[in-house]
Amino acid sequence: MIRTPEKPASAGARRHSSATTVETIRLQPTRGFGRVLAPGELWRYRELALQIAVRDITVRYRQTFLGAVWAVLQPVVTMVVFSIFFGRLAHIGSGGHSYPLFSLAGLVPWTFFANSLLLGADSLVGNSSLVSKTYFPRIFIPGAVIVAGLVDLSIATVILIVVVLAAGSAITPAILALPLLVAIACAAALGTASVLAAANVRFRDVRYIVPFAVQIWLFVTPVVYPITLVPPGWRTVIALNPMVGVVEGFHWAVLGGEGAPWTLIGISAAAALALLAGGLAYFDRVERRFADLL
Amino acid sequence: MSAAGPTAIHTQGLGKRYVLGLHRRGYDTLRESLSRAGRAAAVRALRRGESGPARPELWALRDFSLTIRAGEVVGLIGHNGAGKTTLLKILSRITEPSEGWADVTGRVGSLLEVGTGFHPELTGRENVFLNGAILGMRRSEIRRRFDEIVAFAEVERFLDTPVKRYSSGMSVRLAFAVAAHLEPEILLVDEVLAVGDAAFQRKSFAKMASVAKEGRTVIVVSHNLAVVRALCERAILLEGGRIAADDTAPAAIDRYLRALERAASDDLLQRPDRDSRGWQASLIRRVQVRPPRGDADVVIGGGPVTIAVDVTEILPDLECRLTILNNLGQPVATFDSELVSPVDLRNTELGERLECEIEELALLPGRYRVDVLLKGRRQIQDGLQAAAFFDVEPGLVGDRPIAAMGADGDVTFRHRWRLPA
Repeated sequence: MIRTPEKPASAGARRHSSATTVETIRLQPTRGFGRVLAPGELWRYRELALQIAVRDITVRYRQTFLGAVWAVLQPVVTMVVFSIFFGRLAHIGSGGHSYPLFSLAGLVPWTFFANSLLLGADSLVGNSSLVSKTYFPRIFIPGAVIVAGLVDLSIATVILIVVVLAAGSAITPAILALPLLVAIACAAALGTASVLAAANVRFRDVRYIVPFAVQIWLFVTPVVYPITLVPPGWRTVIALNPMVGVVEGFHWAVLGGEGAPWTLIGISAAAALALLAGGLAYFDRVERRFADLL
Repeated sequence: MSAAGPTAIHTQGLGKRYVLGLHRRGYDTLRESLSRAGRAAAVRALRRGESGPARPELWALRDFSLTIRAGEVVGLIGHNGAGKTTLLKILSRITEPSEGWADVTGRVGSLLEVGTGFHPELTGRENVFLNGAILGMRRSEIRRRFDEIVAFAEVERFLDTPVKRYSSGMSVRLAFAVAAHLEPEILLVDEVLAVGDAAFQRKSFAKMASVAKEGRTVIVVSHNLAVVRALCERAILLEGGRIAADDTAPAAIDRYLRALERAASDDLLQRPDRDSRGWQASLIRRVQVRPPRGDADVVIGGGPVTIAVDVTEILPDLECRLTILNNLGQPVATFDSELVSPVDLRNTELGERLECEIEELALLPGRYRVDVLLKGRRQIQDGLQAAAFFDVEPGLVGDRPIAAMGADGDVTFRHRWRLPA
């Protein structure tokens, strides 16, 4: 039953299946990676992941007076404000579309991303009793925030399509690209939110930095202005911001337009994957200390 | 310790180190962290080769090696801060050990708190599923036992009401009911039997006892030594993070009681096991249980007694709560100065001392202890368990002798009989 005590300490919980099918888990100090990124571990706790996500969705809609209306209200009201100030008063272009439609198409994915960062950054601290009293892969906590955000995003996207149709525009087959764009946005959101959530456990100033950082991020993403304002040579550079490809992709997929911005989407997808890998790696490295710090 | 089953838990040299400063308040601010990094770099530059000033460390658990066989029910006892909760947290994978290892065979269910993850906005039904999943139950398993859980908690009528509208008793009952229906091979329980009203506690205890009899491996942490004695055949006494005794439950409990008494007779300021919530602007220096005449710490049942608490500092709004507990750690009576009465006095001549005068201490003969909680500036300042011990000698209550032998309970009252002739 007892194995040799000294083993390379790479994975904290090694499983050995013995003859009786009851498995033995070895708990020991760990170094390096492989906790978050262990698929078996995530799969084992899948039901809990689902329950946490369901909780986040239920609570989000039950707690607020307006409930699901929020999902729509937030981008729509912002669209109205932007249309007045940037469209009417500042005469910022909108790539050949009406400014309200143009800004709404960008605001729908942007609102999802911004909310994921804002709520994700607080998620671990907000669930401190869960983290310090039970075990499960901690990535489920910021992950659930993003899954709950997807519900908002779906509602807002349906409204966006309705608005586009009501405005007399046609929906083209390009709309089929939306799931891909959403996937890119999710990867970028999870990568960033997991870093922020983990850093917030250690440094409580993070929660003050996030709203500010999100605002700046909005202005380096072509939500209020068309990407044509950016010199052509620079567009591929700013596409390293994953939300550039996502927002441009939404403009094209929902409003139509001449060419598909595949180059931008490709660069942004690569950047989002890098962000996801880096974010999870950081989360993985610091996860083992969460319970001691909360 | 009869039928030795296969090994369920085997640990070797298990240890957990906390870096103090980080441990006390947990998180840092970026500014502190940057300035510390800057200072450390400066120190390194000045004294090349030497590492920067080490931050003080605390070993919450050290050199912990033991084997628990399947089906054993083991009690974990010891002072606050002896490492009991740390051990449970390591075994339930909440935190990693700093050294050593533990092999755990079988599914672990841990219950470190009642109602972890209960969300006030969710209904009772939704919370049962969420809490069950958090405790490691599968959805199908929760569904199968759902009715049983709800019946145990006695909340059938309020299943679709958000838990925020429950009374605290109801939500605690529901939370315990979920946990009680957990069916892991190894169950880790931390001080959760003390929830709910007396009837519910009895029910919870009976449930735990039946779980223990089903052949599951159970580790129980409790300050209530009667619970440990009743549930466990084996008990482990932890002192300062190390195993001080690993014995039958009565033997380990006996050892713990003697350690408690030793600590009570020493200078209380030396005690490290203080209430972790205390702000410590004022500390408990000495606690004495004195009858008006005669020896300190020996009290005649039914007689008057004064419990005097000496503290290091007089603070605004200084308040004190004394709890008398019997020899098994079960509370008998509580005296709280915050519940003001016109007979109370605030007197500058007392110095750094609070006194609680009891006119008629109607306790049955036996050994008792006093737990003290000190508040000041409307915050908890200090707390000590087993701050003093005293013996009650057989005496009279209302001219009637107190039953010395074979009586149930710990207290009696002034009373009178009317009997047919």
